Amino acid sequence: MVKQSDIKFDVAIIGSGPAGLSAAGRAAELGMSHVLLEKTDHLSDTIFCYQKGKHIMATPDALVLRSEFEFEAGSREDILDRWNSKAESINVSLNAEVIEIKGKKENFIIKTKAGDTIEARHVILGIGTQGNPNTMRCPGGDKAHIQYSLDDPDAYFDEDIIVIGAGDAGIENALGLIRRPELENRVIIMNRRAEFSRAKDANVKALMSAAADGRMTIMTESETQEVYDKQADVSTKDGIRTVAADRIIARLGSAPPRKFIESCGVEFASTDRLAYPTLSPKFETSVPGLYVIGALAGYPLIKHCMNQGYDVIENINGNTDLKPADEPLLIHLFRALPNPEAVSEWLEFLRTKIKIFNGLTPLQMREFMLDSKVHVFDPKKMVFRRNDVGDSLFCIAEGAVAVRIDPNDLSKTITIPEGEIFGEAGLISGRRRNASIFAETRSILVEVPRNAARKLLATVPAVQASVDRTATERLLLAILGQGLQKEDLSEIMETATLETIQANEYLIEEDAEDADVFIIRVGSMVVEKEVAGNNVFLAYVPAGAYVGEMAMLEDGRRTASVKAAVKSEVIRLKGEAFKTLLAAKPKLRASVIEKFADRRALNSYIEANKDSFGGVADMFTARANFLMKQGLGEATDALLIDEKLCIGCDNCEVACAESHDGISRLNREAGTTFDHLHVPTSCRHCEHPHCMSDCPPNAIRRAPDGEVFIDDSCIGCGNCERYCPYGVIQMARPAPSKPSLFSWIAMGAGPGPGQPPKAWIKKKAKGKAPSGPKQAVKCDMCKGITGGAACVRACPTGAAIRVSPEEFLDASRSKVR
Amino acid sequence: MAQAKHSSFLTYRGGRWAKFALVFSVICIGLYFAFDFEPVRNGGSWYGYTLGTIGALLILWLAWLGVRKRRYNPGNWSLKAWTSAHVYLGLSLLVIGTLHTGLQFGWNVHTLAYALMVLVILSGMFGVYFYITVPRRMSDNRAEASQVEMLDELENVSRLLRETSLSLQDADTQRILDMLAKTTLKSGVMTRLRDSHVRCPNARALKDFKVAVRTIEGDVQRGMFDVISVLERRDSLLGRIRRHQRYRALLELWLWIHIPATITLIALLIVHIIAVFYYQ
Ligand SMILES: Cc1cc2nc3c(=O)[nH]c(=O)nc-3n(C[C@H](O)[C@H](O)[C@H](O)COP(=O)(O)OP(=O)(O)OC[C@H]3O[C@@H](n4cnc5c(N)ncnc54)[C@H](O)[C@@H]3O)c2cc1C
Ligand code: HEM
Repeated sequence: MVKQSDIKFDVAIIGSGPAGLSAAGRAAELGMSHVLLEKTDHLSDTIFCYQKGKHIMATPDALVLRSEFEFEAGSREDILDRWNSKAESINVSLNAEVIEIKGKKENFIIKTKAGDTIEARHVILGIGTQGNPNTMRCPGGDKAHIQYSLDDPDAYFDEDIIVIGAGDAGIENALGLIRRPELENRVIIMNRRAEFSRAKDANVKALMSAAADGRMTIMTESETQEVYDKQADVSTKDGIRTVAADRIIARLGSAPPRKFIESCGVEFASTDRLAYPTLSPKFETSVPGLYVIGALAGYPLIKHCMNQGYDVIENINGNTDLKPADEPLLIHLFRALPNPEAVSEWLEFLRTKIKIFNGLTPLQMREFMLDSKVHVFDPKKMVFRRNDVGDSLFCIAEGAVAVRIDPNDLSKTITIPEGEIFGEAGLISGRRRNASIFAETRSILVEVPRNAARKLLATVPAVQASVDRTATERLLLAILGQGLQKEDLSEIMETATLETIQANEYLIEEDAEDADVFIIRVGSMVVEKEVAGNNVFLAYVPAGAYVGEMAMLEDGRRTASVKAAVKSEVIRLKGEAFKTLLAAKPKLRASVIEKFADRRALNSYIEANKDSFGGVADMFTARANFLMKQGLGEATDALLIDEKLCIGCDNCEVACAESHDGISRLNREAGTTFDHLHVPTSCRHCEHPHCMSDCPPNAIRRAPDGEVFIDDSCIGCGNCERYCPYGVIQMARPAPSKPSLFSWIAMGAGPGPGQPPKAWIKKKAKGKAPSGPKQAVKCDMCKGITGGAACVRACPTGAAIRVSPEEFLDASRSKVR
Repeated sequence: MAQAKHSSFLTYRGGRWAKFALVFSVICIGLYFAFDFEPVRNGGSWYGYTLGTIGALLILWLAWLGVRKRRYNPGNWSLKAWTSAHVYLGLSLLVIGTLHTGLQFGWNVHTLAYALMVLVILSGMFGVYFYITVPRRMSDNRAEASQVEMLDELENVSRLLRETSLSLQDADTQRILDMLAKTTLKSGVMTRLRDSHVRCPNARALKDFKVAVRTIEGDVQRGMFDVISVLERRDSLLGRIRRHQRYRALLELWLWIHIPATITLIALLIVHIIAVFYYQ
């Protein structure tokens, strides 16, 4: 190997993931002088860290691979083996963590942690998005017995181990360490805060029960002050304590690589957490000669990463005309348009026509279009209807659409012109469409799905602001109705501000004297009233409704409190401005008063019956609070079990397994219960599904009827499983097929209906290791199955019910009345 | 939760099947007394034939519930609706069947079939009784813990007991260890029903230790108090698990009569029909 510090390389590639490897492979093939710098002692750390035997998917199928390295779907080991042997032809430097990049094109100077410096004409960053685990900062935080991951919990024996961190990773590690008591490890889990609020319920429950039995010690409100070889000083509520520690496992989350990249001079599109570096169509950053590719460029799939590695090297080598490998995908996307082959022209057309795309770079444009759809609508054709489920954003590239503003009078419409967007309400609130929209003239529309749209908003702050304004205005028009026009709102819009409210935070306090009106744009609220010292639950208010109008109308104090059921966003409107608006619009005033009469009736009823109230209301309040805590506040449809009727036959689970490849997506017995109402471990189909947060292939979507489901493009990475706070997603492969029901009844063949036991599956596999990928599975509400949810249909006694929170909390409220 | 959506199998659609079964039974009884059937008031008359046919088909349909329950095919069926109809139509079978006999009983295969039918229906009535009384108690008893969690917890407490018992005197330690070695939870349905608290070794040890602890002092006594508190915890846990298993058994046990009796009934029904047509 060349002695690196002696020469200047044509190109230094940092990070040996699929992107970096592929770049290095192409550079070697072209005979460019190059070096591939990798932080760890092996190649491609992200993939190296996948679970043993993980089946790696090569999505998207339609995309051709352009790389010197081979890649097709297969096991982690296979792929890494092939890459490792191919890597012999490139110049790799392992254990070379880059900590600084200085200089400019033709003269970059790269420093590694080990103290080496490397010079290069061009630099390619392919360091992925995993980042570095946060490290311990206290004195002694660099001792050798501190580790930041746990590969094999059974590897330690008779040790004092401290696990630091209150997230799922820390808790799971700690539980793993005590799973085999015969190993006699003494485990302490340490949390800076008083509660484990970031972790999943099931994990916390297991942790608490382990601590109750003395199998583990929990130290809350504690922090390490100094680490010594066999012990650590820990600050607790009662002062400093010294704790034995043969090993410390710190699971403190990881810092995204953004800081490091910014320190190289690279600009990001915005300050948002989701934002990526600003890149040219050739992946060049704001620092000429410095390129970013792979997951860090916003392309989270292996094939994309590898193609970019190839393309970026070709470009540096002077081949600037090379069309990206995803060109055919875009041609396919534009197939409804004349001459779809003119990809760059169409991209440019859309970018300049659609206002919110104006600020995008051509590369970002490409990326968003890959996730989007292009439709051509003939005049009068419906785009979507009121109450349809949908959370995508539509952009009008050409033509215009009309919105029906009054569901009772179809002739009343307003026009949304070329260049504008629509559908933002569903995107923001996660609820059903609030109006019907059809094409007014022949229109070219771009439909950007939820995740891509959210990324878009995050990337371009100006877009976020303008979408927010449009959304507020339209939400006001939609909620208030009564033939209001945009112009009528100009004054009140001046006072409108957006606010975020954390779960359980109060938006309005009873007896306060403010008089602002709030429109709930995301999330939901709970209205409470104090009766005899207790807060009584009055109502559940979902997104798309307003609260606070009573005090404004009556010039009085607040008669009830309003708090957020989940993290929510509201639009605050100044009470005075709202009043002026009402004064100018008598019809509007009448409709607001009509709605508010209902609320007042309930209020005065409670006032009048304060004393006789007690029991029922308390019970109902407690139950409502329980359900809110179980995530029903953000649910759109949840499975509940009435335990007064549940005979525990588990036919619901069996039916679920029978309807979905032999794997049950629900666990009846697990979960929590209150007043005989049981919330089993089963998907709630959240308004803003946590599981969607980071799905590389965008496989989690919302179906037309509102179900959140995972499609076949799932790559089995397990992100969604980690993100779901309710623990309802599991990684599984379909169970093998079973003998028929009748041969089971008549001859006892096979394991019978339901999810087959592991032992049977093993026997059936005849010693062969299971093949095929494990994919994420969760409840899809029996999407596409006639009759709907199998769990409910198969319940013999009527204990299993599916409800949306509004239905549920409303019906129960009527009991109080 | 609209009221129509959330109702039990007994109140399904305002008891539609109950009303249907009731009206049907009343009509049958009315007809029975309204006419003077020839030759006799039993299966031999046209009335008897009709009731017999309806009854036989009804039995087959009632038995089909066992299949319906296990076919999870797509479609707009609801097992709750089926159970509702099953219960009420099954009860009306008591009327249909009895009228069909013309109250002519004897020591023959026909009466045997009738007796079996009554047995099935009676066991069904017990089933319904358990279905409406047990779940609530089972839910209160298990208080959020699943069966697996309860058993896990038992294992943990047992380990804790083993550890704390090491501080006792040898004979006492041995007693605890012996007790732990013997498994105390039985699995058979009948044993689950009978498994009692009095005979539980844990309870007996608890009782004895509570007496013994008063006779000793110092560290040994403190150790025994520790053990007693773990024994108490284990005792209440065991009680909870036993109750859980008992409830489960109650919900299942009646089916052990209901189903085999159904199968026998169908066999006898066939014999009965053949006998009637060939030997009369
Ligand atoms: C569990 C899991 C399963 C997945 N399954 C699939 C799948 O089946 N199919 C698919 O297409 N995608 C899958 N993905 C996504 C895929 O793994 C990533 O998108 C891809 O690895 C990104 O490649 P990359 O080259 O950009 O970065 P990475 O693969 O993350 O590689 C970055 C490399 O840079 C190194 N590095 C970091 N910082 C430095 C530094 N300062 N100096 C030197 N080196 C550094 C790292 O050690 C690492 O080796 C999965 C992801 C996960 C987490
Ligand atoms: C001759 C008449 C009847 C026959 C042949 C019959 C047959 C059956 C069969 C085959 C099952 C299925 C059991 C299983 O597979 O789990 C069943 C279930 C049941 N039967 Fe009957 N039955 C009859 C009458 C009744 C009556 C009169 C009642 C009630 C009063 C009743 C109540 C039930 C109940 C509650 C179930 C359980 C449903 C479930 O849990 O899914 N049956 N019966």
